[in-house]
Amino acid sequence: MSEQKFFKVTIDNITTEVEPGTTILQAARKIGGDIVPPAMCYYSTLKDSGGKCRTCLVKVAQGSAADPRPVPKLVASCRTAVMDGMVVENITNQQVLEARDGVVEFLLINHPLDCPVCDQAGECNLQDLSYGHGDDKSRFEFVKRTFEPEDIGPHIQLHMNRCIMCYRCTYVADQLTEERLHGVLDRGDRSRISTYISKAIDNDFSGNMIDVCPVGALTDKTFRFKNRVWFTRPMDAHRECSKCAGKVHLWMRGDEVFRVTGRKDQWGEVHDWICNECRYDKKKVSDWIIEGPAKMSRHSVISVNKYYGLKKPKDFLPEVMGGRDPKMLMNIHDVSGVNDPDIDLSAINGPATSKTFEKKDS
Amino acid sequence: MQLTQRAKHVDRHPMTWIERLYFWNILKGMLITLRHLFKRKATINFPEQKRSFSSVFRGLHVLNRDEEGRERCTACGLCAVACPAEAITMEAAERLPGEEHLYREEKYAAKYEINMLRCIFCGLCEEACPKDAIYLSQTFAPSNYSRKGFIYKKEDMLIPNPLTEPEAYKKALGDRPVKVISKV
Repeated sequence: MSEQKFFKVTIDNITTEVEPGTTILQAARKIGGDIVPPAMCYYSTLKDSGGKCRTCLVKVAQGSAADPRPVPKLVASCRTAVMDGMVVENITNQQVLEARDGVVEFLLINHPLDCPVCDQAGECNLQDLSYGHGDDKSRFEFVKRTFEPEDIGPHIQLHMNRCIMCYRCTYVADQLTEERLHGVLDRGDRSRISTYISKAIDNDFSGNMIDVCPVGALTDKTFRFKNRVWFTRPMDAHRECSKCAGKVHLWMRGDEVFRVTGRKDQWGEVHDWICNECRYDKKKVSDWIIEGPAKMSRHSVISVNKYYGLKKPKDFLPEVMGGRDPKMLMNIHDVSGVNDPDIDLSAINGPATSKTFEKKDS
Repeated sequence: MQLTQRAKHVDRHPMTWIERLYFWNILKGMLITLRHLFKRKATINFPEQKRSFSSVFRGLHVLNRDEEGRERCTACGLCAVACPAEAITMEAAERLPGEEHLYREEKYAAKYEINMLRCIFCGLCEEACPKDAIYLSQTFAPSNYSRKGFIYKKEDMLIPNPLTEPEAYKKALGDRPVKVISKV
């Protein structure tokens, strides 16, 4: 067996050795930390993804040990393979940071700032990216590009206005489902994700488009407007599934399962794709074996207002009172309409409307 | 041993008979009382008279409407996540066709509640709101006999509609300027 050859690559003055064929982005992720370039379109588990959004631009200060000339322009790190002795600058290079600020500004040009309405807010890659890079105000003073809303089926809600054209969802349809029913139509700033002849995207595994979408362009209709992601509690859970690995995150409020998604790693990428049955139809706690609270990044808004490792104190009152429960001063459900025990939001197959709450009143 | 210079020496000599009459001390006390008669009163007759609040006073919450009378709140949950007392809860719903005159955006708060027993009137909800939908007014929460009366619902906090009740709307708005937020 011949000895494996490793390439030495230096990223932001940190040197590591990676296999030939590794991209700069993957090498940076191997090192980890702040030096990893952000990526909006690259997805390690989707073949051929990347090279579209330009957020991962880096400066190659030295091409290789054999040819130490720098690459004249910034390169997309997700699509550039490392060479032996390559020197890469990411956050240590002002030119890279300025270019990235520009890219973020361009991505936001047509992106509606409807984060208060968007279901992706709180776990949105573009939201995180724009907080970290670029100006806090827009110089764009024209009317934003808008599209007519299109219905693409009972499970997935398409908001074309929010799309940043990363093509991840088309790769999901190509690589995971039997048949791709949607694609990118038209060109330039009019290009859009569509099914062209209004078709419902409902083939199995198509739900993974929701997970890979870096923005809120594709969201789960069964979770639409149910709750904000940071008020739901992510739980690691699994079930026996004949079609997929069945390893998921359940997003719960109390005992209600509001949403089922694949498990994302620290780069926001799903490795075990889940089938549509697990995602849309298993909205009961009894369908799942719950392993425990999912580990979320401490810096994520999802981890606020959650008390991990909380020990419930022993309820000594019934013991003291001879088995009787203490008299409740006020049952919150008598006055409060929020989280009504009679209205099971997780059972509704779509967003709640005024009719959902009317039923209770009449 | 003296630790500080602040200790006061107490005179403990036995009182003379003139001092035992307490004449001078009583007079001193009466003078203080008399002086207060001519001072400005510290109290007011509350229900009839009301004190004016500072313009930055943080009182009872008001859910704002836009100039067309539509509810501004989109149930984004930023007030609830900013709330240090966790007093705010809400449930969102989708706007149906035909409800455009009621709600400004496609998503709105179907339920919006503030537990005034929990609220500490810090005003962080107003600061967090991206839609200028909630603000703290210059009145305080009225007292109540039961705890139930302190769960304020959306109907209790909504500002009067500027189209149908312009007078009440102006009064509720106070000297607060109407902010125009561009629709995205």
